[in-house]
Amino acid sequence: MAFSKDILVVAQVDETNKAAITSLSFEMLGRARELADQLGGSVSAALFGASFETEAETLVAYGADKVTLVEGDLLVPYRADAWLPDLVAMASELSPVLILIGQGTIGGDLAPRLAFQLESSVATGCEDVSLDEDKVLLTRACYGGKAREVVSFDCATAVVTIKPKSLSAMPCDRARSGEIVTLPASVEAGAIRTTVTNRESEELVGQQLESAEVIVAGGGGLGGPEGFQAVAALADVLGGTVGASRVACDMGWCPSHMQVGLSGKTVAPQLYVAVGISGASHHMAGCANSNAIVAINADPDAPIFNYAHFGVIGEFEELIPALTEEITKLKG
Amino acid sequence: MHIVVCVKQIFDPDVATTVFRIDEEANKIVPVSGISPVISPFDEQAVEAALRIKDDLSEQDLEVKVTVISMGPDTARAVIKGGLAKGADEGVLLMDSAFDDADAISTARVLAAAIKKMGDVDLVLAGRQAADGDLGAVGLFTAELLGVSAITYAKDVRMDGDTLRVVRVLENGTETVETTCPALVTISHELGQPRYTGLRETMRAAKKPVHVWTAEDLGIDTGTTGAAGARRVMERLYIPVKEIDCDYVEGETPQVIARHLAQRLRDAELV
Repeated sequence: MAFSKDILVVAQVDETNKAAITSLSFEMLGRARELADQLGGSVSAALFGASFETEAETLVAYGADKVTLVEGDLLVPYRADAWLPDLVAMASELSPVLILIGQGTIGGDLAPRLAFQLESSVATGCEDVSLDEDKVLLTRACYGGKAREVVSFDCATAVVTIKPKSLSAMPCDRARSGEIVTLPASVEAGAIRTTVTNRESEELVGQQLESAEVIVAGGGGLGGPEGFQAVAALADVLGGTVGASRVACDMGWCPSHMQVGLSGKTVAPQLYVAVGISGASHHMAGCANSNAIVAINADPDAPIFNYAHFGVIGEFEELIPALTEEITKLKG
Repeated sequence: MHIVVCVKQIFDPDVATTVFRIDEEANKIVPVSGISPVISPFDEQAVEAALRIKDDLSEQDLEVKVTVISMGPDTARAVIKGGLAKGADEGVLLMDSAFDDADAISTARVLAAAIKKMGDVDLVLAGRQAADGDLGAVGLFTAELLGVSAITYAKDVRMDGDTLRVVRVLENGTETVETTCPALVTISHELGQPRYTGLRETMRAAKKPVHVWTAEDLGIDTGTTGAAGARRVMERLYIPVKEIDCDYVEGETPQVIARHLAQRLRDAELV
C-alpha cells in the first residue's frame, strides 16, 4: 500500500490546568516529527476548543508544521458528536498515514469513532509506533498488561491512541515556524445527541500523579484506608504524592482518580514506591516505565518484586513509619 | 424496555503470570489445562448495570427484558448462562465458523446485525473493553453501525422517564451525560461489584432460552465477518522480558531495614 506521507496529531488541553497543552501532546508530536521526517512528509496538529493561539505556537515549537485551531462554544466540554465532523473532514482532506490521539477518556471515546468514520481501524493505548517498509507497526499492551502485541492495519489511515509517557517529546524550539489556521466549528447544536449536565472534580490532594517526581502507592496489602495515612506521610517527606492500586480504589479506600494502572493513570516518576501492591500486570502497565521502583510487600512471591529495583519483604505497619523517619533524618 | 448486553468469553485474566504462555508461531495464547475461560469482567459489570436498571424500573411496574448476547464458540454458552443466572431473561449465541478470528470491526458487524434482527432494542450495554484485547473499540463500532448515540466509561446508568442518564468516569472526577434511547453505553469497573448468583437462580436459568444464530440467520455477508472482514493484522504477540534484578534490603528490625533502604535510595540519588 502506498504511503501518504503526512501525520495528524490531535493535541489536547489539560482540563485541570486550563489552556496548557498536555505533555502527552508533545510526546505524540515528537514521534510524529521523527516519522514524518523519515517519510518526507509533514506534521499537522489539531486543537479543539476556545481560542488557543499561544498554544498553537507552542505546538509548532514542539514539531508541528501546521496547526488547525477548531473554535466553537459547542466543543467544550468534549462530546464526540461535536468534535467528529471537523476531525473527519480534516482527516479526509489530508488522508494522513497516521492519526495520533492521546489515550484517556477523550481519546478512548473519540478514536474508535473516528476510525469507523474513516473506514479504518484503531489501536488504543499504544506504547510505540514505527514504520516498516510499507507498514505502520503499533505496539500495545494486551491481556491486562501480561502481553504485548504488534499490529498493523489493512487500510490507508491508522488511527492510534498513545499511552502517556511512552514516547519522548522533542526539545521545545521557539525558532521553528509553522502555519496556524483557525477554523470555526461546523457542528450545529441539533446534531449533538448528548448533553453534559454536571461535572464533579474529585479534590486533588497534593500534586497531580502524572507529573509527580515521586509517588508512594498503596494497595490491598494495606488492609484498609488507615494504611494510607502512613503512605501519605512517607510521600510527604519524599516530596511526592500518593497513588493507589485498583484493589484499593475498588474497595473504596481511595478515590478512583488516584488509581494507577491499565484502567487508571499512567505514571513514570523518578521514584515509585509500591506498598502492599502485589504487582498485577494491569497495575504495572501504569507504572512500569518509572525510573526506579521500590517494592514493600509481605508476600515474597508477589510479582511486584520482578519489576522492583529495591525490595523489602515484610509488613508495612512498622516499616513505613521507620522509613519516613529515616528519610526525614537524611533530608535533615 | 429491551436491553441487550454484549459479553465476551475470554482467557481468565486472573491467571498468574507464571502460567501465562504464548505460542509465538501462531500469535495466540496457550490454554492452561484446568483453567476455564470466563466472562470478561467489564462485561459482567455491564450485565449488572442492565439488571440494576431492570430492578429499578420493575419497582415502577415497568417491564424490562434483558438479553445477553455473545459471539463465540459453543463454550461461550457458559458466559451467557452466567448472565441468565444473575437475572437476564434470554440469551443469544452468535456462532458460525465464518466469525472465527475476528477483529474489532468484524466482531461489531455481527453484534450490530444481531441487535438489528431483534428490532426492538432500546439500550445496548457492553464492557469498556474486553479484558483480553484491552482495545475498547467493539462497543463504539457497534454504536456507529447501529447509528445510535454512545457513552463510554460509565459507572452509573439510569433511566429517568425517556432520559438515559449516565455518570461517566473522567481522569479527575466524573461527568453526568444525558441522552435518549436508542443508545449504547460502555461500562467501567467503577460501577462496582456484580451480584452473586445462588443455586436457585442457576437452576432457574437452565430453563431460560439461549438461541443460536448463524451468519445465515443474521443475513450477513461472510466476507465482512471473522478473519475475512478484519482490518487488523496481528504481526506479533509476545510476553515482554523484564530485565530487572531486585536488590532485596534486609535487616534485623524494621528500623534497621528502613535505615538501609534510605541509604540505598540516597546512594542511587533517588532521595
